[in-house]
Amino acid sequence: MTRRERYEAQQRRRSVAIAATSTLTVIVALYILVPLAPGWAKVQQSFFNWDVLVKTFPKLIEAFRINVMIFAWSAPAIAVLGLLIALARDAKSPALFPLRIFGAAFTDIFRGVPVILTVYLIGFGIPGLGLPRPWNSPYIWGSLALILTYSAYVAEIFRSGIDSVHHSQRAAGLSLGLSERQVMRDVVLPQAIRNVVPSQMNMLIALQKDVSLLSFIGPVEIFRQAGVFKSLLANFTPYVGAAIIFLIVTVPATRYADHLLARQMRERS
Amino acid sequence: MSRIVAITAAAFALSTAAYAEGTCAAGKTLTEGKFTIATGNPAYYPWVLDDAPEKGEGFEAAVAYAVAAEMGFDADDVIWVRSSFDEAIQPGAKEFDVNMQQYSITPERDQVVDFSAPYYTAPMAVLVSPGATDTAPTLDALKGLKWGAVGSTTAVPKLAAIIQPDSDPLLYGDNADVNAAMSANQIDAALFDLPTALFLSAVMIEGSKVIGQFAPDQSDNPDQFGMLMEEGNPLKPCIDEALASLVESGQLAEIEAKWLQDTTGVPLIK
Repeated sequence: MTRRERYEAQQRRRSVAIAATSTLTVIVALYILVPLAPGWAKVQQSFFNWDVLVKTFPKLIEAFRINVMIFAWSAPAIAVLGLLIALARDAKSPALFPLRIFGAAFTDIFRGVPVILTVYLIGFGIPGLGLPRPWNSPYIWGSLALILTYSAYVAEIFRSGIDSVHHSQRAAGLSLGLSERQVMRDVVLPQAIRNVVPSQMNMLIALQKDVSLLSFIGPVEIFRQAGVFKSLLANFTPYVGAAIIFLIVTVPATRYADHLLARQMRERS
Repeated sequence: MSRIVAITAAAFALSTAAYAEGTCAAGKTLTEGKFTIATGNPAYYPWVLDDAPEKGEGFEAAVAYAVAAEMGFDADDVIWVRSSFDEAIQPGAKEFDVNMQQYSITPERDQVVDFSAPYYTAPMAVLVSPGATDTAPTLDALKGLKWGAVGSTTAVPKLAAIIQPDSDPLLYGDNADVNAAMSANQIDAALFDLPTALFLSAVMIEGSKVIGQFAPDQSDNPDQFGMLMEEGNPLKPCIDEALASLVESGQLAEIEAKWLQDTTGVPLIK
């Protein structure tokens, strides 16, 4: 071990020790100080009530299955529609100009309107036209609202991915005799999609949380179920329980997205 | 009707010497010998019919005259005035002895004004969409409907415990959203307290109907209406006493059956 390596190892040990000490200090301070706050007993009683948590948790998990279900059928639809919109915006032929306008208008509108408004307007508005059951179900139209909103975002991400593939690759493909279509399908998209996977992971995580917005138009998913318990028991612990369930799902997903992003950075450098 | 008129008439007959010295209310009213009652402007069906409380028709008008009679006032001694809702719940001196316009008794309000004992307990009622107005008011028939309710109300546990619908109910944030869902035909029926249900069916959702009500004691933590009066009004014990005897004699229940079940056509659910 050279002198330099010894020095660097020493520096590393030092910074690890400092980081550990400061983290420990903060945790201990929080652990001691928070309960000293005058309202802590009350907050603990109404937000961190173990009995209430145990009582409501199984029901919350059951309600979470509805979130998972809505997520499961919305996510693939979003991926497909998002990609189609991105391709529409990328259409080069002059005859397809209306398609480009449509793509631009679509992303502008659905990125510009708050999700909850879209959910309300589509979830109550379209069934209000007089559709027969089961075609007026809030599950269908609420999911459609999510799909439209999220595919606008996803389309923009796909588009940035398509733009990130250098133009010379298209030119090379065309010069080899591939059609525009083949170039897009076999040359551009495989690279474009791979480039944006980490960003799209973040959209999945956001979607997974926004599924709860469907509770506004009727479905009793986890957020509504927690709200019902809150009113019944006059206690906010069910919300904390719901938050825990969300975290159990989203934290690993977030870590995975970060991991993908880091790997991509390494590969590019 | 005839029975109540008879009872009321009998009560009046007993007190024809009008207002006797020895009654509880003596010297405690705003105007000596008169009982001043405020109501809304306008006053609504089914609480007061035709905005004419002096006719004694409508639930609150009928209760007012019954209480007055019980306290020893002639029907002629009852004076009606009008007040806005907010005016009445502000602290301070009042221009009425009591105010009746469906005031729910709440601890917060009770700190600034006084309430009589409740004269009405709002039951839960079933509001159905235009397509389901033929549903019979029986638990069996109600089970088959698609239900909605406001998620933060006691309607939710009530649905689960009493009606036990075949399919999971849809829950919403407020009354307006339940309306929207009913207008969109996403739900057939919803649970509200009776006054709200009557209002919604009359004003908000065309073609909807209130098909039944549950006996009030079945709903937990129900809305209770009380006569509102100035904080510390000495009349309160007299009114409570009058209401208690109306309850005991069954007269209050009769008035309720007449004006809130027969007149509104909302039967009890069996």
